[in-house]
Order: sequence, then C-alpha cells, then structure tokens
Amino acid sequence: MNDKLPRWVDLALIPLINLILAFLVAGLVVVFIGEDPIQAVRLLLVGSLGSSYGIGFTLYYATTFVFTGLAVAIAFHAGLFNIGGEGQAALGGIGATLVCLAFDWPHWTLALPFAILGACLFGAAWAFIPGYLQAKRGSHIVITTIMFNFIGAALVVYLLVNVLKVPGSMAPETRNFAEGTHLPFMHEILGVFGVAISKTPLNLSAFLALVGAFLTWLLIWRSRLGYEMRALGFSEPAAVYAGIDPVRVTIIAMVLSGAMAGMMALNVVMGFQHRLVLDYVGGAGFVGIAVALMGRNHPVGVVIAAILFGILYQGGAELAFDMPNISREMIVVIQALVILFTGALENLVRFPMERLFVKSGTRTG
Amino acid sequence: MQNQAGRIDSALAIELVGISKSFGPVQANRDIHLPVRRGTIHGIVGENGAGKSTLMSILYGFYQADSGEIRINGQRTEIPDSLAAISAGIGMVHQHFMLVQPFTVLENIILGAEDGPLLRPSLAKARSELERLANEYELRVDPDAVVSELSVGAQQRVEILKALYRECDILILDEPTGVLTPAEADHLFRILEHLKSEGKTIILITHKLREIMAVTDEVSIMRRGEMVKTLVTSETSPSELAELMVGRRVLLRVEKTPAKPGPVALEAKDLTLIDDKGVERLRSVSLNVREGEILGIAGVAGNGQSELLEVLAGIAVANSGTVTFRGQDLDLSKITNANQRRKLGIAHVPEDRHRRGLVMPYQTWENTAFGYHGQPRFEAGYGLMSRGEMRNDAVGKIERFDIRPPDTNLKSANFSGGNQQKIVLAREIESDPDVLLVGQPTRGVDIGAIEFIHQQIVTLRDRGKAIILVSVELDEIQALSDRIIVMFDGRVSGERLSSETDERELGLLMAGIDPEKSEGA
Amino acid sequence: MDIDVFVQLMGSSLRLATPLLLACLAGLFSERAGIFDIGLDGKMLAAAFAAGAVAAVSGSAWLGLLAGIGASMALSVVHGLASITLRGNQLISGVAINFLASGMTALIGQNWFHQGGQTPQLTADSRFLGIQLPFAEGLSSVPIVGPIYSNFISGHNILVYIALLTVPLTWWILFRTRFGLRLRAVGENPGAVDTAGISVVVQRYQAVLICGLLCGISGAYLSTGMSAGFVREMTAGKGFIALAALIFAKWKPWPALGACFLFGFLEAFGIRYQGFTIAGVTVPVQFMQALPYILTVVILAGFVGKAIPPKAGGQPYVKER
Repeated sequence: MNDKLPRWVDLALIPLINLILAFLVAGLVVVFIGEDPIQAVRLLLVGSLGSSYGIGFTLYYATTFVFTGLAVAIAFHAGLFNIGGEGQAALGGIGATLVCLAFDWPHWTLALPFAILGACLFGAAWAFIPGYLQAKRGSHIVITTIMFNFIGAALVVYLLVNVLKVPGSMAPETRNFAEGTHLPFMHEILGVFGVAISKTPLNLSAFLALVGAFLTWLLIWRSRLGYEMRALGFSEPAAVYAGIDPVRVTIIAMVLSGAMAGMMALNVVMGFQHRLVLDYVGGAGFVGIAVALMGRNHPVGVVIAAILFGILYQGGAELAFDMPNISREMIVVIQALVILFTGALENLVRFPMERLFVKSGTRTG
Repeated sequence: MQNQAGRIDSALAIELVGISKSFGPVQANRDIHLPVRRGTIHGIVGENGAGKSTLMSILYGFYQADSGEIRINGQRTEIPDSLAAISAGIGMVHQHFMLVQPFTVLENIILGAEDGPLLRPSLAKARSELERLANEYELRVDPDAVVSELSVGAQQRVEILKALYRECDILILDEPTGVLTPAEADHLFRILEHLKSEGKTIILITHKLREIMAVTDEVSIMRRGEMVKTLVTSETSPSELAELMVGRRVLLRVEKTPAKPGPVALEAKDLTLIDDKGVERLRSVSLNVREGEILGIAGVAGNGQSELLEVLAGIAVANSGTVTFRGQDLDLSKITNANQRRKLGIAHVPEDRHRRGLVMPYQTWENTAFGYHGQPRFEAGYGLMSRGEMRNDAVGKIERFDIRPPDTNLKSANFSGGNQQKIVLAREIESDPDVLLVGQPTRGVDIGAIEFIHQQIVTLRDRGKAIILVSVELDEIQALSDRIIVMFDGRVSGERLSSETDERELGLLMAGIDPEKSEGA
Repeated sequence: MDIDVFVQLMGSSLRLATPLLLACLAGLFSERAGIFDIGLDGKMLAAAFAAGAVAAVSGSAWLGLLAGIGASMALSVVHGLASITLRGNQLISGVAINFLASGMTALIGQNWFHQGGQTPQLTADSRFLGIQLPFAEGLSSVPIVGPIYSNFISGHNILVYIALLTVPLTWWILFRTRFGLRLRAVGENPGAVDTAGISVVVQRYQAVLICGLLCGISGAYLSTGMSAGFVREMTAGKGFIALAALIFAKWKPWPALGACFLFGFLEAFGIRYQGFTIAGVTVPVQFMQALPYILTVVILAGFVGKAIPPKAGGQPYVKER
C-alpha cells in the first residue's frame, strides 16, 4: 500500500508533518506550564547555535547520537528492533576504558585503534547474546535487549564499584586516563590551523561518527551483506530461498549494531570525560531510537536527526537555565513526542495522505 | 424497493442488484447482479482475482459496497457488518478458517453467540445443540477437542457448525476444497446436499469446474470484476464455463513436440520429511527426471508437493533419503543449501513469489539477481556489489522476458502478478540451470502471461534441460508435462506418461486410488 | 534463619511484589488481547506522580488513587490510538510512552511543586497505611501461625489485598466469562472475532483500558502506599520486571502471582542481605538485582520451558483483501 504514494510524499512530506506535529504538541506543553513557546524556541536556538561554544556542545551531543542512531538503524534494516543500545553503549564504555587503562599509552594515535576495537568488541558482545538467542532460539529481540540493558547496567555498576574504582575513593568511577589516550579536542585541532573556537567537549570522534555514517551507508545500500540484511528484514523465507543464512545475518546485524552503539564511548569516555563514570550513557542509547526513526533509518537522515537532537540537548540545557519553569526533562518530553509521532502515530498523517493521493489517482486515470 | 417485475420475488433467498466496489483505482466488482434461488446450491466460478471473494465479503458485511443493494428473501437489507449478516441468516466458511486454534470446539462455536456474560450456560447449551446438529447433518466433531489438534476437514466442519449454530439459512463457502483430500471433499459435498434437502441455501465459490458440475444447481460466472452470466448447471458444460471464465476459447494445449528424454539428471530416493508438529509430510518419495523432459507433479494442495520441491531446492530438511545429481549426493540436512544447489545448476522458481521469490520492496535490478547476488560477476571488491553490472543484467532480462513496464527501478510490489512471475522466471532460466524446479508457475497470473511462461518452460526443455513442475492445476500439469507423478498424503500414488493417461485416471490417483492396482485386487 | 526474620522477609517480599503483580496483570490483559505493552513502566510512573501530587494537594489517598488511574488510562488511550486505531508499531508506542511519562512527571513536578521533581511528603492520612486484620494482635503470640498471620498476612495496606484479589478475579474473567473468551480470542485470531460479528477494535480498547486501570493502581501504590510521596523515576524499572514476570508466567494469572512473588522476594532478600556469602563466594548485590532479568532471558531462550506469546500479539489487525 505504501507504494501508492509518490516518493517525495513518503520520504519527505510525511516525516516533516509528523515532526511539525510533535513540536506543536511540545509547544502546547510549554504553554501549559506557562511559558512563551516562541521565546523558548529562540532561547533554544541561540543556546545551541548562537555561539561557537553552543555549536561545539551541540555537535558533541550529536556525535553520540549518530553512533546510537546508526546502531538502531543497522539492526532495523535486518528486521530487528534493537532497544539495547543503552546497555551495549555501557559495555562499550567498559571496553574502551580497559584499553585506556591497560597501558601507559604514549600517544592517542596508538591508543585509538585499540580503543575502537575494545569499544566495538564489548558493545558487540552485549548485542551478540540477544542476537544469538533470536536467531537460534526465537527469543524476542525487543524483550531480550530490554533485559540486557538492565543486566548490563548491573554489571557495569558491579565492575565500577568492585573492580575499576580508585581504591579508597567513594565515587564509583575509574581513575583518570593517561594523557596519551586523550583524543584531541576540536578546539585543539582547529587551533593547529589557526582557527580559534571556544573550548567545548567536541573532539575527534565527530569525524569518526561521520566515517561511521558513511560506512553504514556502504554497508546497507552498497554491500552484499547489506543486501542480504534487507532481504532478511523483508521476509525470512525469501532470505532462505536466496541462500542467505538467517542465523548468520541476524547475528552479524546485531553484532554490528552493538559495535556501533559501543562506539559512543570514544566520544564521551575517551574524547571528553577521560575516565569512566557511573551511567555515562545517560539515555543516549534510547535517544538513538528517536534519531533512527526520525532519520528513517538512512545514515544521512540519522546524521540530520542527531544534529537536531544535539540542538535539543544543548539548547534545552540553556533553556532550563533561562526559564526555570522548563526543566531539562523537556528534552525527554520532546524526544518522546518525536518517537510517538514519527514512529507509533505515523499513520495519523499517512492514512489521510493515502486517501488524498489515491483518490486523485483514480480521477486522473 | 421493487425488482424489475414490480413484485417481490420470494423464491430468491438472495438477490444482489448493481453491486459495485473499488479499492483505490482497482475496481473489484462492477455492477454485479446475482439471483440465488432458495434451497439450491449455487456455484460462483471465476479465475483468481475475478472478484468472487470481494463479492462474498460484501454479502457478509466485511466490506461495504460503493453502490447497489442486497435483498434477502425479497427484502432490501443493509449489511454494515458481520453481525448484521449473521442476524440476516447468512453464515460463511472462509477459505482460511476463522478459528481460534488453542480454543476447544465448543469455545469456538459460542464465540460471538454467547447467551450471557457467563460462559457456563452458553457452553452447556452449545453442547446439547451440537449433539442435535451432529445427528441431523452427519457433522461429527468432538466438542472438547482443541481445534489445533483437529484435521483440516474436521476444522472445516467446525466452521459449518458455527454457522448452523447461529441458525443460518444461507451458507457461503469460499474455496472449501482447496485444502481437502478428495475423500474429505466428498464428505463435504454430502453434507451440503443434506443441508440443501433441509431447505438451506448454499453458495459455493470455487475455481474448480469439476465441483461446480458435480454439486451445484445453478452457476454464475465472474470475470474481471463483472458478472458474466448465470446458468442452470445441467444445461451447461465445463468447456462452456471455462470459456466464459476467461472470455475466449482457451486452448490449454501448449505447442510442443514430443520429448526426447536423455539420461537421468536428478534422482531422489526414499525421501521422508517429518514437520515440527510430527506430521509425516513426505513418506518415502522416490522419483527421477531426465534431461529434456518435464516431470509434472500433480496433487491436491498440501499432499507433500511443496515439501518435496523445497527439499530438492535445499531449503527444507529431509529426515531420510537421498537426492543424487550428477552422481553426487546432495546435502539434505540444512535449510541453507540454496546456494549450493544454484552453484550445481539447480534453479528454483518457488511456489510463493510474494514471500520467497521476490523481495517486494526491492527494485527490479535487485530482484533479477536475488539468490545469484553472490556471483563474482556482481562483485565490486571489498564485499561491495557492482550496481552497474546488476542493472545491465536486469535490462537484458526485462527485454528478453518482456517484463512490463520495462523499468529497472520500479519496486517489485508495483508489478502485476504476471510480470512479477516473469522477473522470477527470467532470473532462474537465465542462470542456465541443468535442472529447473518450478512451483505453481501461473498462480495469480493473467492469461496472456500464462502462455508466455508455459512457452519459456517448454523452450528450456527443448534445450535438453530437466524440469520438475509442481502445480495444483491439473490442466497445467497435463498441458506441460511429458511424464506425471501424482502425490497423495505424502507419497507417490502413481506415475503415468502424459500421453497415456487422462483427467479421470489422474483424479483417482489424486484421491490415493490407483485404478490399475485396484482392478487387479 | 529464625521464623520471625523469615516471616518479615516474606512480608516485605509481598509488599515489593504488589506493584509488580498489578502491572503484570495489567500487561496480561493487554497482551492476551494481542497488544504488546512495553509501556507498563511509563504508565506506572505517570500514575505514581498523579497519585502523589493529588494526594498531597487534596489530602486524600483515594483521590490520589483516582488521579493515578486517570493518568495511566490516558496513556493507555494514546497506546490504543497508536496501536489499534492507527495500526502503528506497538513496541515503538510503548517506548514513546515510557519517555513521555519520564519527561512529563519531572517537568510538571518541578513546575508544580519546585522540589526537584518530587511531590511534597505525604502525611499519614493522605496515604494508604497498613491494616491490622482481625485477631492479628491476639494471635501474634501463638507460635508459628501467630507471626505468619500477624506479620505476613495482616498489616499490609488495602492495595496489597486488592492486588492479591485481582489474581483470582483475572483468572475468572479470562476463563469463565464471555468478555474473557472474546479477549483471549482477539489475541489469538482477530479474524475469527471479526467474522463472529464482534468488534476487534472495541475489544482491544477495553483490554488496553483495563491495563491502564491496573497500572494506575500499581503506580498509586508506589507513591501513596509504599512511600510517602513521588520521587523522580521512582518505578526504577519495575514495569520492566513486571513485563519479565509476565513472560516468566507465560501469560497466565496464577503463575503471574508466583513470578511476581519470586521477583519481590529476590528484591527483599537483596535489600536485607547485601552481598551475602554462599560457599565462600560473596554474591554481589548487583547480581541479585539482575537476577529477574537473567531468569527471564533463560525462560525466553526456551532452556526451561518455552514461553509462547499470544499468536496475534504485536500485529495490528487489518481486514485482509
């Protein structure tokens, strides 16, 4: 039925209207708590895009969301709804941390490949088990990944409190990483070229995120594996007919998805905090769901949606500061509304559109 | 309010007047008139997609007609939903049973027809009512059996009981024999005769002319959403009905020369397959196919043909037996052997192109390589695929197989059934296989494309290739095959040369009776 | 372990199991009707906030309960709209509802009470407090039976008993009434229900609303029974443990009681014996917290009896053409 609609309606108009609806409702919420929504949007935009400081933070957040958004998108193409990004990213943090703490790394260029390996490996491992159980035992991936978020959270707390914590300290966090593991900040990189920007957490990982998006695009739309994933996502009997092993492809898709989620550790742990703190993921794994839905699971869409959520997170923080009535949780509300309108309530717009276009279709022929 | 004669014709149980219905741009029913006389069995025939099921769904309140009216016993009746249909005395047995599998027979019977908010009295009443119906109509089913554990025939009887429990006067059956064995079908027809003698009116939808001739009193023919004609069954013939169904004289004779069979290309021995539920789907099936020969496999749907084809194609697991191809035993132990088969030169046109043969959201160029996408010629290095090569390949296939519209970028979901099938066929035939496995090649395919598809299969045979054809359409089997194997209940019930058998003999074999053997006994 | 300690442990297991049980039965109604609900946690959270806030403002626990039920059912309507009327993705809708509740409770809470998202501390008369059942005092001195009766069976608040009564009631509704028959049917084969002349849409909305009702009681219990007021994110994933219990119980009411009590016991045990030692190995408290989830994964993997969900679960109903 979807195919009756013109491509531009399907790919651009419907998502746009859904998004507008989500923001309209968010605006109503702002009005409800007695603030001026126009003023709120202005503060939001100024806070996130009005200065190189704001932009730096915005893109720092966006980098994280690109990773978690791509993670959801990759699994989605294989017909798997991975809501375990939160747990996979948490484990990825452990992986990157272990690498960073293992040696006294002389330079970040040496540490980086191993940290990537560590983050990906641990994130992938945490996605592998639900993937394996789905493929081999038919366990519903949504439920198992939810369970693994909680199990992962418990595991990370245990490791931080009992193994990785600085002896004698009360705070559940690791010691600071050696200087030689710190990824260069963007203000340092641009400083080399004589461009001065504000000091922000934005770091080299932003480029890694773009590389990740490009590789995901290659994977899904250009590679044989991606072709097989999409076939499996459409119909398992079709995949089997075409000689595609559903077990293999399901597990690989989940492993790649988990690895991508784990990559967010590069941005936050290795690029900014330089140590592992409790709950460093902070819901970014879930934001990935909203980002992937809004970006229609296409890498370009994911990058755009991630930047939009970066604006929300940075601008929202500024907004909460300027308008005390609006707390930071406004971002979570907007995130929920985006998921609701672009995901669950998508047909609210699609059904009338179909009626509109199908009707005019009969009239012309 | 009044029909043409200006009076209410009470001899008609149902009269449909000027019913039209469209789904978007597709006109499923156009100005349909249908009179059904009370106390008769009325057949409705037509090809797949002729609009029979839509019409009955309108009568049962599943869809609303765009225009026209429904008269029941001469009274104009609005049927906005199934509830209205039920209270108007209409019952329906759907093609796919509307039963709740984990429920008992009794629970299924009372669902929607309970007497009050508590189940106990309803169940008790249904139990005694069922007893009465069982005696009256030869409709025996254990009321406490769980439906999922009943045979298909018994499940169908539950459906009929459901309708009778709701005191229906008019019973609609949609393709009731598609899933039945011949014995079960006979049982069904006896029940229908019985219901007729009790004064019930029955509408039988089918595309099987033999059934129409055997049990109906009158028959209406539908074609492309329109009602062509209503005839008295005893005054017509299968060939006249066939002609009316397709709109021109069909010659299901395919132009072909006698086969010149070569050596055995593929041989299966003692194949046995037991499914997840422990049902034996294949029982020691043996067969072979020779080069330059079309081996047809006939049988009522669900007698093991699908499983056989899937085992040969490497996507179903056989519990025992061997398949030999070029002197080599094929692996039958995994469902992921499709690639191995393709590499050996065994191609497969699957029975279900929507769920297996094509990825519907893929564009043409993606689907023309589906299954062959791992071939070196489509490779561009580093695990990437060469889109240019795939597109070129698609352009050639589109041209040679006359796929319309000739658009490499169109999603497969947007092609007609016939053109979808041509995409599959083009892909499999052009892989230049030594053995081609074909399942239901013309299901849901328009007449024009049928001829083309048949011709392609014969041409492949004439190039010395071996073909195994599975079809539930006996006409198609007879027209194409050089040799015919009939399957019944998971085993081979007979084997005949196409030139030395006829419809009657094949029909008996499909019912599991071998006339040659039984003559001797 | 002496009997008093054991009975106390059982009593606190029951108190901890109560919100799980209500949410679990809520999920049971929804999922038996074919609507997956991973938004149980969000509905509980919204209800906990609404109950806590209204109880604080009005001084009545009962008004709080009503408000909690109202908030939860409002989210149920959203879920119904998305998954029944608009035939959207039920899982995505559930995810959205969880976030919506999480964000809105904090946002409105801060805006309303200016206490960092908390509601004001509830006084004793605006809470559901424990009820002494008859003879609890008198029997407490009787050995064995006494402590069990007075510390395990008696002394809980009314919502605990309501939760316990909901178990047989759910069983009775599901398996002994017309409503239950239709509800189960719509979760297995909505086509059969539709052709029998029953509205699939109405049936499913009813189930989803009952789910909202029970989640509402569960949430109100958290903020006005178990605690004295609402705290941000106070469900702490309880809705997901309830979901786990539902799978563990294979979508059946009595086993749901068992599963919830087991998970409640694990929590109570974990709280009382932080880092206890078995055979020389110290079992970390985090392991105890993760155990319900681990057990559920084991069940889902089919290593201990396969959990088969209702057949039509998760799929929107579309009349076939």
